[in-house]
Amino acid sequence: MKTAPNPDFEAECIRRILQGERHLFHDLIRPCERSIYFLLFALLRNEADAEDAAQETVIKVYRNLQNFRGDSQFRTWVLSIARNEGLGRIRKGQARREDSLDAITEEQGGDYTPAFLTSWREVPTEALERKELGEILRKAIEGLPAIYRNVLMLRDIEEMDVKETAAVLGITEGSVKVRLHRARALLQRDLAPRLKGFAPKRAKLFGWGA
Amino acid sequence: MRIDCNHVWDYISAYIDGEVDAALRSEIDRHLETCELCSAILDSTRNVVVLVADDRVFELPAGFSERLHARLERELV
Repeated sequence: MKTAPNPDFEAECIRRILQGERHLFHDLIRPCERSIYFLLFALLRNEADAEDAAQETVIKVYRNLQNFRGDSQFRTWVLSIARNEGLGRIRKGQARREDSLDAITEEQGGDYTPAFLTSWREVPTEALERKELGEILRKAIEGLPAIYRNVLMLRDIEEMDVKETAAVLGITEGSVKVRLHRARALLQRDLAPRLKGFAPKRAKLFGWGA
Repeated sequence: MRIDCNHVWDYISAYIDGEVDAALRSEIDRHLETCELCSAILDSTRNVVVLVADDRVFELPAGFSERLHARLERELV
């Protein structure tokens, strides 16, 4: 979530859209666009598929707007529709992807021991300007097992809270926390040794000077 | 009673999110004061969380929003 939801604005918008001011739908959906796309990208792992599914999702949201009851956040409802769209495509085999549906919905065992290192303490945020760092991060996230990638995408990239993440993915809040912990542990193990090389400058966020 | 490293790793994510209770937090803090390994693991995990949240890592494809609203416009008319 890079844009905070605004329930009053949404409710007013929806009321007016349903009364015929259809053009307001552009403004209603705009704050959700990013989350829709990245949720679908996490599921489908392909830009073109995610964009096509995002467009389809938005059309479905518009056509079903009268069914939104307001008992969840609007964005939560929208993202549930996006997730169903993504899962539907996976079922139909439209999407070019490796994960099976099981891999998206079932818990996996595994080793979540962290990478042992003591020298990567600085975060080189300005190094993000360098394309290769962004590429390393994206590849690492895309390489996570699907159930962890989906949770990480909503919690750490779209910055949703635990409750909304659980509602969108149809899992318990406890599962969100476990999966997020594992996702971060896997990323730390994968990235920490490789990102050491990106810490030459005196810019840092945590652990400087140790 | 001192908690061990394994115990700290189990709670690193919750610790970063501020979701451990005060008693456990102070146990972890005490452990971190003397354990360089866990301290480095905490820092690197937190660094990873900060980096992946950066808007520059995941950007919408160029023209995404324009194409979406153009498609929508055709639906709305």
